[in-house]
Amino acid sequence: MIFVTVGTQLPFDRLIKVIDFWAKDSNSNVYAQTGPTDTIYTNIECVKYLQQSHFEKYFTDAEVIIAHAGMGSILNALTCGKPIILMPRLASLGEHRNDHQVATAQRFENVDGIFVAWDEEQLLDYLRKIIDQNLTVKTSKISEYASSDILDKLKNIISK
Amino acid sequence: MTNKKILAVASAGGHLVQLLRLTPAFIDHKVHWVSTSITQPKEIHVDSYHMVREASMWNKYGLAIMAFQIFWLVIRLRPDVVISTGAAPGYFALVFGKIIGARTIWIDSIANSEELSLAGRKSKLWADYWFTQWPELSNENGPHFIGSVI
Repeated sequence: MIFVTVGTQLPFDRLIKVIDFWAKDSNSNVYAQTGPTDTIYTNIECVKYLQQSHFEKYFTDAEVIIAHAGMGSILNALTCGKPIILMPRLASLGEHRNDHQVATAQRFENVDGIFVAWDEEQLLDYLRKIIDQNLTVKTSKISEYASSDILDKLKNIISK
Repeated sequence: MTNKKILAVASAGGHLVQLLRLTPAFIDHKVHWVSTSITQPKEIHVDSYHMVREASMWNKYGLAIMAFQIFWLVIRLRPDVVISTGAAPGYFALVFGKIIGARTIWIDSIANSEELSLAGRKSKLWADYWFTQWPELSNENGPHFIGSVI
């Protein structure tokens, strides 16, 4: 199963449209959380919002995750050790208020298992290579909690 | 060590995912969680979860309702410590927390790697501890670099 998520605040049809187009000729089973959009997609299963527990389940069950470049999606993929394909939202297209997702994508682009699609063509290319051709990819897995360094600093501040 | 009452506040999504990664720092204390998600994540017990309305820093009407909900929670729960990773709900929690004399901690989201978030910049006035997760954004007068949640 391929899990797609674009967060709950804003639609991201530019991303979902590519996936819907690709899914027509792919054997993959796609489940997409689309956020507040009225666009109808015909080749993938969609839901606007997901309950927290369902969200966790789809992350665990997915073979590959496709998402906007939001930190929740990135951290969840890294915690599950799953490959994630990211497409950052662009302020110039009205997809977010500013370009912080572009900065996030640049920061995480070189991490194993994170693939940044800078445009629709590159996204399609990743979908065909990583999913259809089942390319073996290295992934990264991080622990469930922050490092002891930051935790110790906070413990000290809290106990003062 | 005396047990503290902590109010941990973050909007649903990436902000809350980051705050949950800090849970081991709260282990000796009583934590009340505040977020905008209708259902709480599995790590949070339903009795210690409080939902507030979703609103961004750009939606004045929604913000007013959210601010009142948080004001009420702070008055009712009287936390010793208020901590947030953003965004709007965290800002209000720091404001009201500071007013009642709680220790206030802001950790700006790791998503803001080029400039601090709007809520993060506004929280400067109310944060006893004002942190960024990016060393490049740290400054002698704050925000200070605390490390990252990853």
